[in-house]
Amino acid sequence: MTAGTALLAVEGLRVSIAADDGVARVLDHVDLAIPGGRVVGVVGESGCGKSTLARAILGILPRAARVESGRIAFAGEDLLRLDQRELTRRIRGREISFIPQDPYLALNPTFRVGTQLLEIMRWHASDGAADGARGRRARHRARLVELLRAVQLADPEQALERYPHQFSGGQRQRLLIAGALACRPRLVIADEPTTALDVTTQLQILKLLRDLAGDFGVSMLFVTHDFGVVAELCDEVMVMYAGQSVEAGATAEILDRPRHPYTQMLIACHPDRSSDLAGIPGVVPSPLAPPPGCRFHPRCPSARAVCAAARPASVADGGHAVACVLYG
Amino acid sequence: MADAPILEVEDLRAVFGGGRRLLGAPRPSVKAVDGVSLAVRRGEVLGVVGESGCGKSTLGRTILGIQREAGGVIRLDGRVVSGLPPRAARRLRRDVQYVHQDAGAALDPWWSAGRSIEEALIVNGVGGADERRRRIDGVLSAVGLDLGVRRRYPHELSGGQLRRVTLARVLVLAPRVVILDEPTSGLDLSVQATVLGLLRDLRARLTLTYVFISHDLSVVRQMCERLAIMYLGRVVETGDTARIFEAPRHPYTRVLLAAAPRLVAGRVLDASAVLGEPPSPTAVPSGCAFRTRCPHAVARCADAVPVLEPSTGAGAVACHRWREI
Amino acid sequence: MLVLRKFARDASGMAGFVIVALAALVALLAPWLAPHPLDAHESHPVQRLQAPSRDFPFGTDNLGRDVLSRVILGARPALTVALLVVGASMAIGVPLGLVAGYRSGWTCEAIMRVTDVVLAVPQLILALALAQLLGPSLRNAMVALTLTYWPFFTRIVFAETRRLKTAVFVEALQGLNAGGPRIMFAHILPNAAPSIIVRATIGMGFTILSAAVLGFLGMGATPPDPEWGLAVAESREYLPDAWWFATFPGIAIFLVVFGFNLFGDGLRDVVDPRLRRSR
Repeated sequence: MTAGTALLAVEGLRVSIAADDGVARVLDHVDLAIPGGRVVGVVGESGCGKSTLARAILGILPRAARVESGRIAFAGEDLLRLDQRELTRRIRGREISFIPQDPYLALNPTFRVGTQLLEIMRWHASDGAADGARGRRARHRARLVELLRAVQLADPEQALERYPHQFSGGQRQRLLIAGALACRPRLVIADEPTTALDVTTQLQILKLLRDLAGDFGVSMLFVTHDFGVVAELCDEVMVMYAGQSVEAGATAEILDRPRHPYTQMLIACHPDRSSDLAGIPGVVPSPLAPPPGCRFHPRCPSARAVCAAARPASVADGGHAVACVLYG
Repeated sequence: MADAPILEVEDLRAVFGGGRRLLGAPRPSVKAVDGVSLAVRRGEVLGVVGESGCGKSTLGRTILGIQREAGGVIRLDGRVVSGLPPRAARRLRRDVQYVHQDAGAALDPWWSAGRSIEEALIVNGVGGADERRRRIDGVLSAVGLDLGVRRRYPHELSGGQLRRVTLARVLVLAPRVVILDEPTSGLDLSVQATVLGLLRDLRARLTLTYVFISHDLSVVRQMCERLAIMYLGRVVETGDTARIFEAPRHPYTRVLLAAAPRLVAGRVLDASAVLGEPPSPTAVPSGCAFRTRCPHAVARCADAVPVLEPSTGAGAVACHRWREI
Repeated sequence: MLVLRKFARDASGMAGFVIVALAALVALLAPWLAPHPLDAHESHPVQRLQAPSRDFPFGTDNLGRDVLSRVILGARPALTVALLVVGASMAIGVPLGLVAGYRSGWTCEAIMRVTDVVLAVPQLILALALAQLLGPSLRNAMVALTLTYWPFFTRIVFAETRRLKTAVFVEALQGLNAGGPRIMFAHILPNAAPSIIVRATIGMGFTILSAAVLGFLGMGATPPDPEWGLAVAESREYLPDAWWFATFPGIAIFLVVFGFNLFGDGLRDVVDPRLRRSR
């Protein structure tokens, strides 16, 4: 997995956000590579910056945020060099689309579902065919119906005429997935799309996402805090802690042979792995006053003096990368 | 462990809505809890498991007393404590306390953590500012919080700290049964582990009995000795946790266990057992509520509501066809 | 404090605060600030209707009194009336709103219907009628305004209480066996306070305006009170020649009401429990 073949490659991304009481260094040297046609999970606890990472890729960081350094290469092009107009016109919604976390809040309750989804297509469709507005609308509608069938929504024609509140949580999430796929994106970023769903619905949605990724040939970036979901859905996973990427590799590899102390301790916290219930001593540092070097060193049982000096460089070994002095 | 159950409910019912509007059609009523019978043994951790809409939270609130029962009996230590309006019920069931799912929302944002904990003592007439302060300090140490947390406001505390504060608030009243409503929801994995460890520790030290409401099967497997699986207001299966995980008898339990994410990579996702969406709680199917999604449903499943009957071990199952499948 | 810092960033809110603070200061120090404090009741017909000059920056009125002094002195009745009326309205309206919001059934219905009825009547007209009944005086104007203003508080507090009644922390308190009155006054009230405070500050401005109107119509303050509305009324027949007589009291009314409105708006953005910090 070299950066050259990756569809999306984030290199050394550093983002800070100006807050009321100071500057929060939310992301500190994040690396991420998403190969074409693969599902990559970004996993971490609250405050690790995974949502900020997703927003940085989409170009929707808050106004108080500044990208200090780094590069986000999408199909070779650095997204950070594009202005908002380019991003809106070409990238967001078209090449890279987004499935938000809460299906209850993401749809406008006062418009019919069909209207909202067609609007997405109308903005991004670049097919300047000869049949004019009405013809284009008919084509978009047909494609939508096809998509709704693909996401297993019953009665697609009828569904377009209904309002969001008439759907259940799982159905709404399917609508959003359809919306995300409407413009044939190359990358879909999903921010915890199954957190608000029941376990059985979650299984259906995860299976759907896996199948769609295969059928439509899209890559997926799946942001989550749930290791179980990562195990079920993602081919590869990147682990984040307090704004730094600490480990990355194939899911099975990371789950069975985690190398970074944080990853090891985190996986050990999962009820399926251990009945220890020890947790990880200490607390996640605030991005306003992060520890120097490796941000995990204050809580790490294997910490040494050199850990505070500088963030350890990421060392890869056959697809399994780790940023820890124990391995470099 | 003594034999007599510390808490027992028999054919408990709780209803939302209903009644008539001033002008027009009667409001639809939801049988949130529809004939639940459970016995909780002294000192055990009973897990109540189910998905949203199954009524587990309502069951918790009804047992607590802030939700009035529409029918059935609740017994605490053998004494009947049901059939009362909320305030009287709470007075009588002081030994039962409830920890809410959303710890941050369960605390008054204008009050500091310490004052919120003290409030529990004040409204229950525990007199003397000194006595209260002593108890608060004691309970804060018990839950592993720094005494300085007393002065902090809810928005200044982390998820794990908030969870401990709400725990402290009920423990300061020295309850015997604590109903925990999704105690790990919204918590990071590492914080979850610490909180569960704390709960385990407290149970041993303070001889508590837990009713552990959760939808997270991994957590429930680790924490609970016995389980009760709920679907649309009814209990469909009960039994020892180990047995249920090894050999679930009810079709819904099987579906639930199959759907639960496990920490194993590359599992083949089989969603075929999960058919469709759960029906709306206002339109529960006749007979067995699960029959519309059950792969083993036959005609007689629509006729009668299945009752909980003893199955293997010390468990019980509510399914017409459990012996055959 | 975080609250002050956040507030300081809101330019219009700060402007409002400055105006209100100045008005309060003027009201407090009026007898010492006014160049001719005795013009509150003394008259000097010899100097009547003089244009603004160095001796009399705002000119003199029809009885030769210094308009500047009378404007300064008028700040006291204006703010006093506002404080008393809003204070009394809150004392009546807030508890009613709390009880109506927390309890359902007849109590709630009774309170809210009475509130609706009083709200349906145009405030000034009701105040006028009451003032006529009781006789014109500043005190009676205050009673009339209070009796018509309390429903605004009840309405707001009712809405907030209804919203908070289903809040998780209220349910938690009920689970802990807390009683209704305690929940209402110790828990719901502080959380409803932001809305109440905002309405109170806007009410201050509104009351000053209403008191001025009543004074203008002769149903409020009586001569020789230096009340602003009264001054505008008295100045009518001397317009447009003696423009200073009506203009300066009018500007004072406008400025103070505007100031309260800006301040209230600024407060609305800033009064948020999440800005409370442990000491």
